[in-house]
Amino acid sequence: MELRVIHERCSGCGTCRLTCALENFREVNPAKALLRIRGRFPAPGDYRIDLCDQCGECAEICPVEAITQLNGAYRVDTEACINCMVCVDACPKGVVMTPHQDEEPAICTACGACAAICPREAIITAPSHTLQKEAG
Amino acid sequence: MRYGYAGTILRIDLDSGAIQKQPLPEALADKFIGGRGFVAKTLFDELLPDIQPFDPENRFIMATGPLSGHLLPASGKTHFGAKSPANGGYADSNMGGHFGPQLKYAGYDMLILTGRASAPSLIVIEDASVQIRSAEAYWGQGAIVAETQLKRDLGDDYQILTIGPAGEKLVRYACISHDFGRQAGRTGIGAVLGSKLVKAIAIKGTGSLPVHDVEAAYRAGKEAYAKVTQKPGFKEWVPEGTAGITDFINEVGVFPTRNFQSSYSEHHKAINGKAILKELKITDKGCYGCPTPCGKYGHAKTKSGEAFVEGPEFETIALFGGNCLLPTISDVAYANYLCDELGVDTISAGVVISWAIECYEKGILGREEIGREIAFGELETVEYLLAKIAAREGIGHLLAEGVKAAAEKTGQGSDRFAIHVKGLEWSGYECRNSPSMMLAYMTADIGAHHARAWVVGHDLAGSWSDVNEMIASAGEGPRELPEAVVKPECADYVIESQHVRPLFDALGICRLQFMELGFEPENYEKLFHCITGQKRTWEELLAVSERIWTLTRAISLKEVPGFGRAWDFPPERFSTEPITSGPNKGRLLSREKLERLLDWYYRARGWDAEGRPTRETYARMGLADEAHVLSAMGLCRPEAG
Ligand code: SF4
Ligand code: SF4
Repeated sequence: MELRVIHERCSGCGTCRLTCALENFREVNPAKALLRIRGRFPAPGDYRIDLCDQCGECAEICPVEAITQLNGAYRVDTEACINCMVCVDACPKGVVMTPHQDEEPAICTACGACAAICPREAIITAPSHTLQKEAG
Repeated sequence: MRYGYAGTILRIDLDSGAIQKQPLPEALADKFIGGRGFVAKTLFDELLPDIQPFDPENRFIMATGPLSGHLLPASGKTHFGAKSPANGGYADSNMGGHFGPQLKYAGYDMLILTGRASAPSLIVIEDASVQIRSAEAYWGQGAIVAETQLKRDLGDDYQILTIGPAGEKLVRYACISHDFGRQAGRTGIGAVLGSKLVKAIAIKGTGSLPVHDVEAAYRAGKEAYAKVTQKPGFKEWVPEGTAGITDFINEVGVFPTRNFQSSYSEHHKAINGKAILKELKITDKGCYGCPTPCGKYGHAKTKSGEAFVEGPEFETIALFGGNCLLPTISDVAYANYLCDELGVDTISAGVVISWAIECYEKGILGREEIGREIAFGELETVEYLLAKIAAREGIGHLLAEGVKAAAEKTGQGSDRFAIHVKGLEWSGYECRNSPSMMLAYMTADIGAHHARAWVVGHDLAGSWSDVNEMIASAGEGPRELPEAVVKPECADYVIESQHVRPLFDALGICRLQFMELGFEPENYEKLFHCITGQKRTWEELLAVSERIWTLTRAISLKEVPGFGRAWDFPPERFSTEPITSGPNKGRLLSREKLERLLDWYYRARGWDAEGRPTRETYARMGLADEAHVLSAMGLCRPEAG
């Protein structure tokens, strides 16, 4: 699933983060979410949604090739991963997350649960060609 | 394990630095649910009449509810409580934002501070770790400056609450600030934190909340968002937030104007919700889990300066735009910003300032005492007085005590137009043609606050849905209004509303989706069940809310010598001075009518003529133990005859 964010619509409610943790880990614990919401206050006074855009830098830098793309989303192979966390530092959006603390990192599964619940339609699902176009 | 709750109460004694974690008592959760219920029970049990609000022995309590932090619309509310700086009795104040959920993820349902730190302090909580650190570097800073600095120093993933200079200086209506624009504004709760020398509390929580049936709760949560966003009214409520009712409230002649001399402002179009969208707004800004963000974050430019600010919401518009007559929404927003940074409640500040201006116009306070000329409609006046108040300098010393105390000190009949009940300044509805709402203000447990019962609609039309229609049709100019009828049902409307709205403060969630969008009680029953594992009907939950209401009355009776009927009246202005303009011009509510309203109310509640719940009423509420304590103090009697 292709996801697109519209920062200007976000009101910072964090419902997406809570939902992400429930969808992926069945826990009421937004600290485990695989996306971030950043409020920029007092100035410029807005929100930014940091969500995986499938750029692939994590896969590229992984020394043991534990990260591969599968059905449109990067996955961490928990067997292969050596917990070096290089990908965590390398992610340009800071969304290679560590929900299991010191164990293997996790990346957005592109499940779309955040988009489905966002009451502001600030995260939406979109076919890949519109994604390209509107990003430009 | 208790599902829904975090399971632990955190106590910090600032005298000794001792930190204590105790399991959440089952009986407390059963009987008082959470939030406001926890606050009330703790205050009843732990306060003593000779403790003063700023004594180290006063409690500073912050409590969440069982639904706080869970997946459901607007689960971000937190309740604060203490012995009231406004009157020495029961005080609480509610705040949205993201702080309460974070307290729960860190593992705590309630935080209780006792004692006083030896130097300015900062409390930093990260899950199990609780530290008291020096706050020397932040003391004296504005609330928003301090929050910005703390986010930088501790990390963006901390949720932070701060007080401003006014809280440090014990201004009796100092607030708590959080998330760059959310406040627990009422009753001077920020001054209680200031009296403990605590500048800020920072929390980061990374734990999971226990849920009875996580699959069902997740499903019910998703359904709830889908339903709320489909409600008629959803699209109307969000764009302007609470400011959207400004025109309507003005048209029906309940908009505080010129220190409540009038209830109609000619310039309402310059200070309404549309003006916010045109002049200020950058983004919608919501609380945790909220699908209907009422916060409008923006940037204001005025002659006095420019600022980023959240708001103004309706109350601030009413008190600064109507009551102090600031001419534009940018001026109101700038006043809002000054209040936020200094850390004072915009409602109380608006009332205190309008009272001071009227005193000046009447020659009761002179140029010498005030330090300059002051006038309605002038941002410079507001700016000048706010600075004096927050610093407790010159005239600020008098005004920092709140309008009741300031009028008592000033004399010369200025108490007639000191607009408060129980020492708490009046919020944004003028009620000389709204007897039910007048009664709601008279009997609200913390003082003249609108959020305990909002029954303006009953006086106008008799039902909620009609009010929404009326709001939607606003914009036509002042309406022809019949004189509202003073009748026993006024008391019933108020009592019903006083159980519904505060119930949300016990559950730890926002009431807007229920009150304004008609999100049905069944949804909350279902969510409550999936999350906590307990089946409670809406009626059963309301019964708990009634118990809490009885208990908050008991606290004020216990703590304030002579508390009772005399404390339940509005200022004389409302019975003796007719409204000067607008659709309700000429109206007032006589003392005799006010007495009657109170009689009906006390009778319907099972309180005696002095406004004291009877022994039978306490027993009916499941508060027999509390009644024993009160009986021993001579404050509770059996029903007469
Ligand atoms: S749910 Fe939507 S509006 Fe809320 S924080 Fe996430 S992206 Fe923003
Ligand atoms: S798409 Fe799924 S995994 Fe990715 S951020 Fe949204 S909820 Fe989380």
